[in-house]
Amino acid sequence: MSASLSTDEGRKARWTPGRWVMLAAALLLTVVWVLPLAWALATSFKPEGEATKTPLRWLGSHVTFDAYRKVWEAGDIGRWMFNTAYISVMTTILTVLLCAMAAYGFSRTEFRGRKVLYAVVLAGIMVPPQVLMAPLFAEMVQLGLVDTYWGVILPQVAVPAMVFILVKFFDGVPRELEEAAFVDGAGRWRVFWTIVMPLSRPVLAAVGIFTFISTWNNFLWPFLVTTDPGGMTLPVGLVNVQTSYGLRYEQMMASVVIAGLPLLIVFALFQRQIVRGVAHTGLAGQ
Amino acid sequence: MTTTTTPTTVPVPAEQPAARPVTVRRKWTEHGLVFIAPFFLAYALFLLWPLVSGIGMSLRSDNITGEGGEFVGFDNYTEAFQDPGVWSSLWNTIWFTILSTVPLVVMGLVLALLSHHLRFVQWLWRLSWFAPFLLPSGVIGLLFLWVIFPSDFGFADQLLAWFGLHPGIGWLTDERYAMLSIVAATVWWTVGFNFLLYLAALQSIPQHLYEAAELDGAGAWQRLRHVTLPLLKRTTGVVLVLQILASLKIFDQVYIMTGGGPDDSTRPILQYVYQSGFTGYRIGYASAVSYLFFALIVIVSLVQLRLSRRSGESA
Repeated sequence: MSASLSTDEGRKARWTPGRWVMLAAALLLTVVWVLPLAWALATSFKPEGEATKTPLRWLGSHVTFDAYRKVWEAGDIGRWMFNTAYISVMTTILTVLLCAMAAYGFSRTEFRGRKVLYAVVLAGIMVPPQVLMAPLFAEMVQLGLVDTYWGVILPQVAVPAMVFILVKFFDGVPRELEEAAFVDGAGRWRVFWTIVMPLSRPVLAAVGIFTFISTWNNFLWPFLVTTDPGGMTLPVGLVNVQTSYGLRYEQMMASVVIAGLPLLIVFALFQRQIVRGVAHTGLAGQ
Repeated sequence: MTTTTTPTTVPVPAEQPAARPVTVRRKWTEHGLVFIAPFFLAYALFLLWPLVSGIGMSLRSDNITGEGGEFVGFDNYTEAFQDPGVWSSLWNTIWFTILSTVPLVVMGLVLALLSHHLRFVQWLWRLSWFAPFLLPSGVIGLLFLWVIFPSDFGFADQLLAWFGLHPGIGWLTDERYAMLSIVAATVWWTVGFNFLLYLAALQSIPQHLYEAAELDGAGAWQRLRHVTLPLLKRTTGVVLVLQILASLKIFDQVYIMTGGGPDDSTRPILQYVYQSGFTGYRIGYASAVSYLFFALIVIVSLVQLRLSRRSGESA
């Protein structure tokens, strides 16, 4: 993996006029990109009813946490956050585990039909899950998984693109270490857990991060498969109840901030890993 | 292309030693299916089976529970081909893809070039340009629907008012603007992904190429045109295809922001599938429409495969 996104190129650049122009452009674009989020934040701190008062002001008559308190007291948002976190964590663990095992199987073992099986898996990269919404939902009805966590989780765990990425990675890892372990009498399973998995930590992290983000943000599937408000994920819940708040713009923005914040905090903490994970997985998926 | 620009090159698999102890060779062939089985079970249950059963469903007139219908042959497909709703939502999807792909790719490149060449406060550029990509579509949709795009008191109108322009635009309610507003929100939301891909590619260009060009007297503009951009060709191909495929799958933000309106002018094909199957309860028909959409996706993917194979051959 050479997808290094280093922050420091080492070479000091001079402040030429061209560089000043670039800086100005970058700052302007940064302002444009930050404004909508800043506006949501500003709105969420306004007293009730002031969000729609024209001419608009950044600050209301006073700064208040009222909207947050009301949204939280209204109930479901904490529940939704737990649902989203649970579903995302479980999906990520299962995806990484199943895809890593399968990739190891495809990369490191030989058996009749392996190539055909791998081709079948690769072909799945072309199938967008959205295309399957109707038959998949009917299947969930038959399996009795509608309105359950597993109904949201299971259809998201077999991701052929991730297998492809991991197979490419395993193919590039020399086999000597594993062979030495075999000679020492270690079994397949032990080699996989104690040698291969630790060795693959960076690529597994990349796959995991990508999976976590896309599960956390997935809308369509949880939206289809949950009808009970108590089992909804955060984005689905918010969209579902938006009108039942009445037209309370401040509360709506408070819940938007609450829903958006967890991933932004995670990003602030793990910026480097996330950037690398997304870039690596996004590109290698091709 | 002789120089690789993709930052994800994986080393060539190591050659197998010719002679190995027999026990070790047996180890390599052991238990393959055990490793693959769990994944393949989930894959078969939740991808292969719906893919196949969906074809069956598309030939039937079933309702939402997958029961109570009868075999109707290709009736659903014939109906879909004559359904103006299918054609208009298909066109909306393609129109959105055309409108969104170009700015998303170009902006992604511009942002990456700026960030790469400024060489400082990289974290700030990444935070501001990439962070929106991490937000759920539900958050994005509600943000724009509730406080950015409403007429008069929305932020977009207010911005115009601050510049002395006449506000009162129906960003999401006027047929002339609704699609453009959705495109603008989508660019703001997802350009960070393309930005990252380009940034990774830029950082993998060896510095000595620039130094050599500089020695030859190439200015900044010439270095960009004759070194950077040609080396980004492959990345651009990848970004372009990924973007087209992503744009074709648009659903969330439209559903939340306009519900497909005004007057179905922004309704994408996936929403039409959703409406046929989940609010119209015609799951057989919905399946038929999704297979038409799937055909479109496969065509784009195959074109991409051909292109990437060709560029691979010329390497």
